[in-house]
Amino acid sequence: MNWHAVKVIYVNEMMRTFRTLAQSIASPVISTSLYFVVFGSAIGSRIESIDGVSYGAFLVPGLMMLSLLTQSISNASFGIYFPKFIGTIYEILSAPISHFEILLGYVGAAATKSLIIGTIILITASFFVDIRIAHPIWMVSFFVLTCVTFSLLGFIIGIWADNFEKLQLVPLLVITPLVFLGGSFYSIDMLPPAWQTISLFNPVLYLISGFRWSFFEVSDVSVGWSLLAVAVFLFACLAVVSWMFKTGYKMKS
Amino acid sequence: MSTILSVEHLTKRYESGHEALTDVNLQINEGEILALLGPNGAGKTTLISIICGIVNATEGRVMVAGHDNVTAFRKTRSLIGLVPQELTLGSFDRVSDTVNFSRGLFGKGRDDAWVEQLLTDLSLWDKRDSEIMTLSGGMKRRVLIAKALAHKPRVLFLDEPTAGVDVELRKDMWEIVSKLREDGVTIILTTHYIEEAEAIADRVGVISKGKLLLVEDKATLMQKLGKKQLIIELRSPATALPGQLNDYDLELSPGGDSITYTYDVRAERTGITRLLQELQQAGLELRDLQTRQSSLEEIFVNLVNDQ
Repeated sequence: MNWHAVKVIYVNEMMRTFRTLAQSIASPVISTSLYFVVFGSAIGSRIESIDGVSYGAFLVPGLMMLSLLTQSISNASFGIYFPKFIGTIYEILSAPISHFEILLGYVGAAATKSLIIGTIILITASFFVDIRIAHPIWMVSFFVLTCVTFSLLGFIIGIWADNFEKLQLVPLLVITPLVFLGGSFYSIDMLPPAWQTISLFNPVLYLISGFRWSFFEVSDVSVGWSLLAVAVFLFACLAVVSWMFKTGYKMKS
Repeated sequence: MSTILSVEHLTKRYESGHEALTDVNLQINEGEILALLGPNGAGKTTLISIICGIVNATEGRVMVAGHDNVTAFRKTRSLIGLVPQELTLGSFDRVSDTVNFSRGLFGKGRDDAWVEQLLTDLSLWDKRDSEIMTLSGGMKRRVLIAKALAHKPRVLFLDEPTAGVDVELRKDMWEIVSKLREDGVTIILTTHYIEEAEAIADRVGVISKGKLLLVEDKATLMQKLGKKQLIIELRSPATALPGQLNDYDLELSPGGDSITYTYDVRAERTGITRLLQELQQAGLELRDLQTRQSSLEEIFVNLVNDQ
């Protein structure tokens, strides 16, 4: 293992984050606060509690997931796309470093950043609502697994993208709708029966549901299914990444 | 001298069917400077990219210090440093950070003393904390060299190090190269400036349309270059060369109105003075004189066109 290389990629990526501290950290905090003001206080005060959980608190896991998914994808995709775009990828490709080590550096940094943002959101949220975490270990597991899995997805998108439009395409057109329709702001029980069934095909629903269960022990689907969904996601991403590395897809001709 | 790099039957065919390299064979000795000359699109960068592991070969193999660059990529890549043609650098990185980054990528821990020495040698020490975007083009190229040398490679590739660089900086670059050679680094540089090859290379390879046309000692090439011709135009055509001039390498033009004398420009005596005297004694009246030298450029152009 070339640990020095993993370390410098990781540190370099984290430095990029801290250099753009305002965009990286402040913007998710501000947008989360806005969600709380609008949905939690303004609208939420007129919404009854869901399964005994106040609407404001009910929102927290959903909002965290929304940020984790979009942040993980955009960080990891940008992290690997940018060297491709400006050409500095030559150095990584010509260094004595394995694909796994490249992955560890980039995905590790993107996941770390998402973990930091998620934690900040949780802390911010605690100023607005009372939060209790019923199953801390499960909560942390879902938290970490989601960050890692979606950073992997971001890495895939970053390699696949050959322009900035493509880089934005998946987060905007796929992830945001899936998160919004995946029960981040509501329980699917509130939907008409037909839409409830359709929602079950949304993979993000399982993530949010499982994560919410670890907080409040309320969920749309059983926690086992949620865990399975994260595992399937994780292995699907790993399979795609290893195929990309094996074929040199869009990295090495 | 031992071979440090050996390229065997290397072919690169892209999916489009374009063949960028065709059966290239090349041995490079430890400590030498090899200049690869060739027009744009000749395959110079492709060849370097395959050796460095950025591009996959279609056929053939590359051995660096006895290790295969695919199966033992960690060993071979640790020995190699690459300065790319384009100024590819992260604009927001600081000079010393980016050099430390390169060192780490190549599996080496921090070594501030070495980085200081490296940056000092490349006149970059004052700029160590500058963001790369604030540097001039020439400085950026130095940063690329510093990055390539950060892990103390034994083989350094310089892909068109002086393309688009002013004369002064080009001279600086040559000095850097000769200093590296003193340190025992093997250097392969690509260029389309022939004078660059002449100035710093030990051997010259000519590559065109994906084929390595020749690899020769610069001295041998210069010997070909060392030949110069003196063309003597005569006032009235001569039918034959006077017998007393048999000792000279002379040739009478078909019309008899000029004589061509071929001589070695580096010989102690070129014989020109004596030849002119003897021409006068033979009663030949001169109208004009001109000299010409077949340059490396001409040899190169002929080689490339002959294909």
